[in-house]
Amino acid sequence: MNQMVKTRLWDKQRTRRQEKLNLAKEKGFAKQVEHTRVIELLETVISSSDRVCLEGNNQKQADFLSKSLSQCNPEVIHDLHIVQSVLALPSHIDVFEKGIASKVDFSFAGPQSLRLAQLVQQQKISIGSIHTYLELYGRYFIDLTPNVCLITAHAADREGNLYTGANTEDTPAIIEATAFKSGIVIVQVNEIVDKLPRVDVPADWVDFYIESPKYNYIEPLFTRDPAQITEVQILMAMMAIKGIYAPYKIQRLNHGIGFDTAAIELLLPTYAASLGLKGQICTNWALNPHPTLIPAIESGFVDSIHSFGSEVGMEDYIKERPDVFFTGSDGSMRSNRAFSQTAGLYACDLFIGSTLQIDLQGNSSTATVDRISGFGGAPNMGSDPHGRRHASYAYTKAGREAVDGKMIKGRKLVVQMVETYREHMHPVFVEELDAWQLQEKMESELPPIMIYGEDVTHIVTEEGIANLLLCRTPEEREQAIRGVAGYTPVGIQRDEAKVKELRQRGIIQHPEDLDIDPTQVSRDLLAAKSVKDLVKWSGGLYSPPSRFRNW
Amino acid sequence: MEKLKFELQSAPLSAQQAAVICGVVGSGNLEVLVSQHDQADICQIEVTTSAVGFQHVWQSVLNEFAQRHAVAGLKFQLNDMGATPAVVNLRLSQAISMFKGV
Repeated sequence: MNQMVKTRLWDKQRTRRQEKLNLAKEKGFAKQVEHTRVIELLETVISSSDRVCLEGNNQKQADFLSKSLSQCNPEVIHDLHIVQSVLALPSHIDVFEKGIASKVDFSFAGPQSLRLAQLVQQQKISIGSIHTYLELYGRYFIDLTPNVCLITAHAADREGNLYTGANTEDTPAIIEATAFKSGIVIVQVNEIVDKLPRVDVPADWVDFYIESPKYNYIEPLFTRDPAQITEVQILMAMMAIKGIYAPYKIQRLNHGIGFDTAAIELLLPTYAASLGLKGQICTNWALNPHPTLIPAIESGFVDSIHSFGSEVGMEDYIKERPDVFFTGSDGSMRSNRAFSQTAGLYACDLFIGSTLQIDLQGNSSTATVDRISGFGGAPNMGSDPHGRRHASYAYTKAGREAVDGKMIKGRKLVVQMVETYREHMHPVFVEELDAWQLQEKMESELPPIMIYGEDVTHIVTEEGIANLLLCRTPEEREQAIRGVAGYTPVGIQRDEAKVKELRQRGIIQHPEDLDIDPTQVSRDLLAAKSVKDLVKWSGGLYSPPSRFRNW
Repeated sequence: MEKLKFELQSAPLSAQQAAVICGVVGSGNLEVLVSQHDQADICQIEVTTSAVGFQHVWQSVLNEFAQRHAVAGLKFQLNDMGATPAVVNLRLSQAISMFKGV
């Protein structure tokens, strides 16, 4: 017995890591690496078939390291397995085109979704699975642990301690998985300084750091210009506030990105305040620092916000509002995508967001046939967590509505807010989601559905609100969905008598049922009508990126 | 451009009011002019639209509008630049509210 135990090696991963580090040392690499030698470093410490995590999410990007990896020699490094939350940059796809990597597990491919679909058809890439953020982070600690991670931070000191600043995002989750499982951590930083404002990652978790020739790219993804908000969006926002936020007393929530939810944010200090809802709703958020929330914060609506990432231009404003945002001893924000996703899943009572298609079961998807876009965080936010055990007014009210007999669990409110037609008269409500066709094309086990119908509690359109919790049969649900689907083909085919009955039972509510005055539906109701107004509300602390400035 | 004309049944609106205009002709938007019609038992709606081929959608939107509101005896002129049914509905609701002076 003892003999057998002794023959097994227990530190193969550590030995392999040490061999790579020794090789790098022989080639003259110290912990701080010149940017001109990065390709050589990568070709030294990355082996073919390694699992590599490139830090790329929908906000900050390790763009210099990604570009460098795509310039490596595919004869030296090939068949990498990339595990990465978002495929956002051209170089993220280049590594597959060049044969450096061959497999990917990811969450979201927004800007690269078209190229990704093409590479799948050319069989240059094999997709493991498409995940939600939390799922992918989870798998970093189970079966997709990176051998090497290429990440980004704002600054490093001479020892290699890191300051990630406001855009901490995915960094802690990636480094923790890599550094504590004998992986190699390589970091690009914007600057090297003698003393960091605060230490977000200790130096002994970092193997190599490089001052990038350019600052890392950060996308201002969560900025919506109030000037573009339409009256139909204002009408839907009024319905959401009066028909959902008020009766359920929604205090803890998450908003998806988009003009629909931006409209709600901008109606809080005006319309919601006029309904006496200040202090009653929207007090605690899991949310990126949306500039459109500034008027609500300044009006005293908001107690706290924890963020997935930061938002370009909001840094100084956040610094001056530490009672609201999570900030470090240096004053700047610390975000954390994994924790904020967890908060959105378990600690929030409501998620509201938009989508491209909804079917008659209430399933929704943003997948279209030629694009493989993935999910990001919406499925975590937009799902009813069966692991939740604490109650709240909203959670128990919704739970009671969902059953006739004894309630054993509450329900998270998952609200889909859409205009019945998108641009160019594309109907949002459809008999069958494009996701099914895409599933066939991708040869995937599951259709890429963003939010499952069984999790959706309400659908808000310009026609009205459908409360799916109160439906008792699949047929009733279907008619409730058709009943707010407007003049889409699906909406026109409604059973008028049944829809009338659903309206009498309060399952469907029209604006007039909520006493919403159509003449009040106007842009005058927005607390800010332009980006400049947002700057004014912030007392000059919000500094919008140049593309949002027209003055 | 397409010109459509509808004559719809509706409950009568008795009060005599001055004509009103609501909305603007801009991309994805429309203007609605409401005035008295010389036939008291009918609602006449004229649509001039940049989006060609949506007559059946207009028919549905306008029918439902005429059922929801008492608009017989009124004439509506709609100048549309590709507004969605959502915008058309909202604008019609606003126009009739303004006309009735509510």
